[in-house]
Amino acid sequence: MDELIFFINKVIVAGTVLGSIYALGAVGVTLIFGILRFAHFAHGDMMTLGAFIAYVLVGAFAALGIHLPIPLGVAVLPFAMALTAVAALGLDRGFYAPLRRMGAQPITLLIASIGVTLMLQGLVRLFFGTGTRTFFEFETKDIFRFDMSWIGGSRPITVTGPQLWMVALVVVTVLALHLFLTRSRLGKGMRAMSDNPDLAQVSGINTALVVRVTWTIAGALACMAGTMLALDVSLKPDLAFNIILPVFAAAVVGGLGQTYGAIAGGFLVGFAETLAVFDWAVFVRPFREHLPDWLATASGLSLVPTEYKLTVAFVILVIVLLARPTGIFKGLST
Amino acid sequence: MSRRVALAYLGLAVLVVVIAMTRGVSTAMLLAAISSIYALVALGLNIQFGYGGLFNLAIMGLMMIGGMAVSNISMPVNAAFWASDGPLLLGRAIGAALAGTCLVIVAHQSWRVGVPRPLVTWLKVLAWFVGYIFYRTQIDPAAAYIEKTSGWVGGLGLPVWAGYAAGGVLAGLAAYVIGKISLGLRSDYLAIATIGMSEIIRAFVKNMDWLTRGTLTVTPVPWPVPLPGAYQEQGVDIGTSFVYGQGAFLAVTLAILIVSVILVERAYGGPWGRMMRAVRDNHIAAASMGKDVKARQVEIFVFGSVLMGIGGALLSSFNQLFDPGGYQPINHTFLIWVMVIVGGMGNSYGAVLGGFLVYMLWAMSEPVSAVIFAQVSNLTSWMGLGAIPDIDARAAQMRVFFLGFVIWLSLRFAPKGLLPEVIRRHV
Repeated sequence: MDELIFFINKVIVAGTVLGSIYALGAVGVTLIFGILRFAHFAHGDMMTLGAFIAYVLVGAFAALGIHLPIPLGVAVLPFAMALTAVAALGLDRGFYAPLRRMGAQPITLLIASIGVTLMLQGLVRLFFGTGTRTFFEFETKDIFRFDMSWIGGSRPITVTGPQLWMVALVVVTVLALHLFLTRSRLGKGMRAMSDNPDLAQVSGINTALVVRVTWTIAGALACMAGTMLALDVSLKPDLAFNIILPVFAAAVVGGLGQTYGAIAGGFLVGFAETLAVFDWAVFVRPFREHLPDWLATASGLSLVPTEYKLTVAFVILVIVLLARPTGIFKGLST
Repeated sequence: MSRRVALAYLGLAVLVVVIAMTRGVSTAMLLAAISSIYALVALGLNIQFGYGGLFNLAIMGLMMIGGMAVSNISMPVNAAFWASDGPLLLGRAIGAALAGTCLVIVAHQSWRVGVPRPLVTWLKVLAWFVGYIFYRTQIDPAAAYIEKTSGWVGGLGLPVWAGYAAGGVLAGLAAYVIGKISLGLRSDYLAIATIGMSEIIRAFVKNMDWLTRGTLTVTPVPWPVPLPGAYQEQGVDIGTSFVYGQGAFLAVTLAILIVSVILVERAYGGPWGRMMRAVRDNHIAAASMGKDVKARQVEIFVFGSVLMGIGGALLSSFNQLFDPGGYQPINHTFLIWVMVIVGGMGNSYGAVLGGFLVYMLWAMSEPVSAVIFAQVSNLTSWMGLGAIPDIDARAAQMRVFFLGFVIWLSLRFAPKGLLPEVIRRHV
């Protein structure tokens, strides 16, 4: 039974957490692609920026002596999301909108987003240095242990407070996004513009507003994902390419432009990564006497060594590109 | 060459002379040698993006392959490895890989003997899985054994020229694989796929200690010309010996660069270049004229990548060091992009000019930003706010910001670059 609990701790819990973060990031990437038709490379650094905004707010709250029953990192999330959304709107206004007005190709916007990613990276490290920080300087991280002795397990299933919050918030966010896209006038306008921008414009949809709403949602979700990641592990300024690759993989796997596909892709990539680096030796151990020698004594039976974790997302991406180039849900093309 | 090109290169020469007068001839030689290598890589990217319209973000990976090739070809033979059981174990791992490949090929071809289609898909998955597991059971002990007994496989002891050639060939092969997978998709997908490929190459080269020595680094990678030390033995003083040594290396890289530019310009001016422009500007029209668009794109992708591989090999050789941990997307991918964007997409002279100019400014910006930060720090101390902590690290980050800003500025205000593409009209 302990083996199963180990599996749940290492794969189910970790995969859900990672998948939620990837899904939130991928939704932003896919929305921007759907509306503006370019792959937004600065999304990883928007996540970092959002996490650092939340970090500063937590510091401010703690300095004011505010203590809340919920983790401060979660409490400041609405404010941080609002600020990051404003920052995202500012990025669009300052850098992407002038290029769009020039009639730039999507490829030019893509290069510009690489420029933006370098600028954000430089600024974040300029102000916060390159060290690792934690949100739990002022409070302790709650850890919940679910006793499993009633089914014969000697070790508990361990979940941290931020992880529970994360799952709950992701469920709420996805539901809210679903309702927004299917029920509200603006959400329907967004879907219409993603399907056919010209038709959307002639049928009276305010496309400039749709663009602004897209950046707001993408910025807010990026902040949420970045803060969640920082709450779960630690806050590092060099998130950029370590996170943008799985996020892009998730968006492409789900089909670029497909919101639900991005969520599915996020969880698929998250679980694939945790499953690939999981050490199956745990499951071999109970049957040691009945197995051939080479298998019983083998150590490290993970499919992929941990240092190659980054490759997993990419291998999935390549398989999807080869087998079904438009993603699981049929994606857009330009 | 038009007057604009001549003027731009005259300006570049003035910059080199200014650097030589203010920072010493040796520094100017060093910067010129490294920037000529970067210019070669920028020329490769210009072929891919300027001529072919292909978005390649895998430059870092291709340069790493070049560096790995030159270190594995030109370093002296590691006798400890060849005397141990390492070659045997490695041979078995290669055998396992070949067996796995055969298994995959058999699975792929099994439809020929009447296996139903859905079953073929499952057979393929199974074959890949079994082949991979089989290879892992052989390579893991071999890698552990080599790392424990002899460190790494060592070089082949061949001349460094062979290493440069191998760097180009290996990078071309890698580009062929990348191109076969991702070309024919839209440009966004290509950008994502290539940046992923680049990170994967980095992950492998960094962690395959048995082949590349990983973080332990390979040094000293040989030079094609006598090292400064050789001149010192003949009684030349240290400063002058560096000028001689780096000057000789600069002559080698310039020769390679000039030959490449001439060949590229001749190819681009001919029917091949017109076909490539046709493919880039309107691939549907080109396809309807009977051009095999994907094959042409793979061709141009491989062609550009060969130059990047040679560039990577030259860079490792010049630094006398192959350090897999020292490769960063900023220094090896985005810097090259800035060179091509600033210099002018679709113009070889522009890309080469951008290579020299941007690298020299990038290298000189380090002391400049340090000085600026020191001034700001003095100002804040004077204002009673205290000095800036970690000032060196922060000054370095400011350069990253400006690199990004330069990308945006040139896209916004000079999208064609300093030396725009020359459209030749054949009436």
